[in-house]
Amino acid sequence: MPEAKIKIKNLYKIFGKNPTSAMEHVKNGVGKDELLEKHNHVLGLKDINLDIEEKSIQVVMGLSGSGKSTLIRHINRLIEPTDGSVTIDGAEVLKMNEEELRNFRRSKTAMVFQRFALLPHKTVLQNTIFGLHIQNINEEEAKKKALRWIERVGLSGYEDKYPQHLSGGMQQRVGLARALTNDGDILLMDEAFSALDPLIRKDMQDILLELQDELHKTVVFITHDLDEALKIGDRIAILKDGIMDQEGIPAEILLNPQTKYVKDFVEDVNRARVIKAKHIMDKLNGQDISKAMPVNQDEFIDRFIDKVISEKPEDLVIQDRDKNNVGFLSTKKLSEILKR
Amino acid sequence: MSNFFTEFPEMPKATYRAMKKAIDAGYKDFAREWGDTIDAIFNPLLKLLVFFEDLLIATPWPIFMIVLMALTYWGSRSIKLCVSTFLAFVFIGYFQMWEETMSTIAIILTSVIMAVVIGLPTGIAMSRSDRTEKIVTPILDVMQTMPPFVYLIPIVMLMGIGKIPGLISVVIYAIPPLIRLTNLGIREVDQEALEAADAFGATKRQKLFEVQLPLALPTIFAGINQTIMMALAMVIIASMIGVKGLGQPVLQSIYNQYFTKGVLYGLAIVIVAIVFDRVSQSYGKRIQKHRSGKLI
Repeated sequence: MPEAKIKIKNLYKIFGKNPTSAMEHVKNGVGKDELLEKHNHVLGLKDINLDIEEKSIQVVMGLSGSGKSTLIRHINRLIEPTDGSVTIDGAEVLKMNEEELRNFRRSKTAMVFQRFALLPHKTVLQNTIFGLHIQNINEEEAKKKALRWIERVGLSGYEDKYPQHLSGGMQQRVGLARALTNDGDILLMDEAFSALDPLIRKDMQDILLELQDELHKTVVFITHDLDEALKIGDRIAILKDGIMDQEGIPAEILLNPQTKYVKDFVEDVNRARVIKAKHIMDKLNGQDISKAMPVNQDEFIDRFIDKVISEKPEDLVIQDRDKNNVGFLSTKKLSEILKR
Repeated sequence: MSNFFTEFPEMPKATYRAMKKAIDAGYKDFAREWGDTIDAIFNPLLKLLVFFEDLLIATPWPIFMIVLMALTYWGSRSIKLCVSTFLAFVFIGYFQMWEETMSTIAIILTSVIMAVVIGLPTGIAMSRSDRTEKIVTPILDVMQTMPPFVYLIPIVMLMGIGKIPGLISVVIYAIPPLIRLTNLGIREVDQEALEAADAFGATKRQKLFEVQLPLALPTIFAGINQTIMMALAMVIIASMIGVKGLGQPVLQSIYNQYFTKGVLYGLAIVIVAIVFDRVSQSYGKRIQKHRSGKLI
C-alpha cells in the first residue's frame, strides 16, 4: 500500500485554560463529560488516528459537537492540537513555522466552509481569485484561471455580482470555485453543503463527484448527513464525542457497525443502494456455479435485484470486468443482508 | 472625634498648597524648557492648517460652491442634498460669515485628518491586542469626560494661545469615537471570513487590508462622522484660546450681548455641522451597500 497522503496520528485536542494538565486526565481515561464537570476543560478530540489515501474522498461524519470540524481544522492547522501529529506528503504540519505553514496552505490545501465565508465586499471574480491574489500571482493569469473555474461551477455571467446578490447554492459554488482556483491537491470541505436546500445540495454533490472524477484531489469532507457520506465517501470515519468510533468503506460500516452509535446511524439506510456485489460475496470455494446468475462485482444491489427476482436463480456468481469469476453469493445470504 | 464624622479628613492646607506649587512650578519649568521644541514639532501641522485656511479663503466663492456641490454629490448621490447644501452656504455668504466659515472648515479638515492619522492605527492596535485595549480604553474615557476647559490649561501653558494649541485640543476632544469604533469594527469582523483568509494563507497584513479594514469600514466611517461632529463642537470652545472662525464672533456676542450676531453665527455652525453630517453619513451608507449584508 502506498504511503497515505494525510496521516493523522494520536491526535488530541483539549479546549480550556490548561490543556496540558487536562491531557493527563484524558490519558488516564477521563471522559468528555467528566472532564468538563470536574476539570472545566472541553475534550475536542481524543486519540484520533486516520490515514487518508491520495486521490480519495474521506468523509468524516458525526453529529454536532462530535469534533469533526475541529478535526478538519487540524489538517491545515487552523487549530493547534494539544498533542499528536499530522503529516502530509511526509511533512509534519505541526512543526512548520509561520512562513512554512503559510506556503503549505497556499500551495497544498484549499478549504470550503459551511457558511461559505465569502468576502462580501468583493465580487464573485475577486472572491474566486482571492487565494491567488494574496500570493501576488500575476493578475491576468489568475483571472484566467478563476474564470475557468467560475464557468466550471456554472456561474458564468455572475463574475461581477456581489455575494449577497446570490442564493446560498450559488454562494457555495463561489466557495468551491475559490478553492479549486487555488489548485492545491487537498480539498478540505467543512460541512460544505449542509447549509443548502436538499435539491441544491444534491446538485452540489453531483458537481463535486463529477469534478473529482476529473481532478482526483484528496478530499476531506465533513458532514452530519449519512446519505451524503455514503454518496460521496470512498471511506467514512465516524466521530462521537471526539472519539473515532469506526472507520472504513461505506459498505463495511453498513454491514458491520461496531458500536451502538454507528448502528443507530445506519439503521434506516437503504442498503441496496450503497452495497456492491463485491462487498458481500463469499470466496469461490468449489460451490456449484453452473446455474448461477453472473453479476458484475461493482454493481450495487439495487441494480441487479430486479433480475434476481424475475429469474429466481439459486445463486449468483460474481465476476470482474473481464468476466472472470471472482466470488459467490447465495440468494439466501442476499435476502438476509437486505432484511437485516 | 466628632470632627472625624462631620468633616472629611482632608489633606492639610499647607501640604496642599505646597503640592500645587510644586506641580505648577514643575510644569512651568517643563513648558519653558520644551515649549519651543514642541512648537517646532507641530510646525508642519500649523503649515498644513494655514495652507487649508489660505486656500479656502482665497478660493472664489463660485468655485468653492462648485467643488462643494461635486463633493456632496460624490458622497451622497443625492440632488436634494446638493440643493440644500447650496442654499445653506448662500445663507452663510449673504450674512457676511463666509470667511469665518472657511476658517472653521479649514481647522475641521486639519483636525479630522490628524484624528484619522492617529486614531486609525491606534484603533487597529487596540483591536489586535486585549492588553492594548485595556490600557487605551481608560485613557479614552478620560479624554471624553474631562471638561475641555481643563485640558486647555496645560496646553495653553505649554504652547500659548494660537492655532496649534486649539487644533490639539480639538483633536483630543474629537478622536475617541474614531478610535473606539475602529477597534469595535475590526473586532466585529466575521470570524469565518478571517478563518477563510487564514486557510488560504493570508499574512497578517493581508488579513488587515483585504478583510478586516474593508469589512470594518462602515463602522470606522461612523466613527469619522462622530469625530467631525465633535470637532465642530470643540472648535467653538477652542475659539477661547485663539482659534479663528465661527467661534470667535459667538464669543464676542456673549461678552457684548449682540443677540442677532450670536444667533446668525450659531446658525452658521449648525449649517456646517448638518452638511458635514448628512454628506458623510450618506457616504457611509453607500459604502455599506455590499458589505453589511450578512450572508445567508
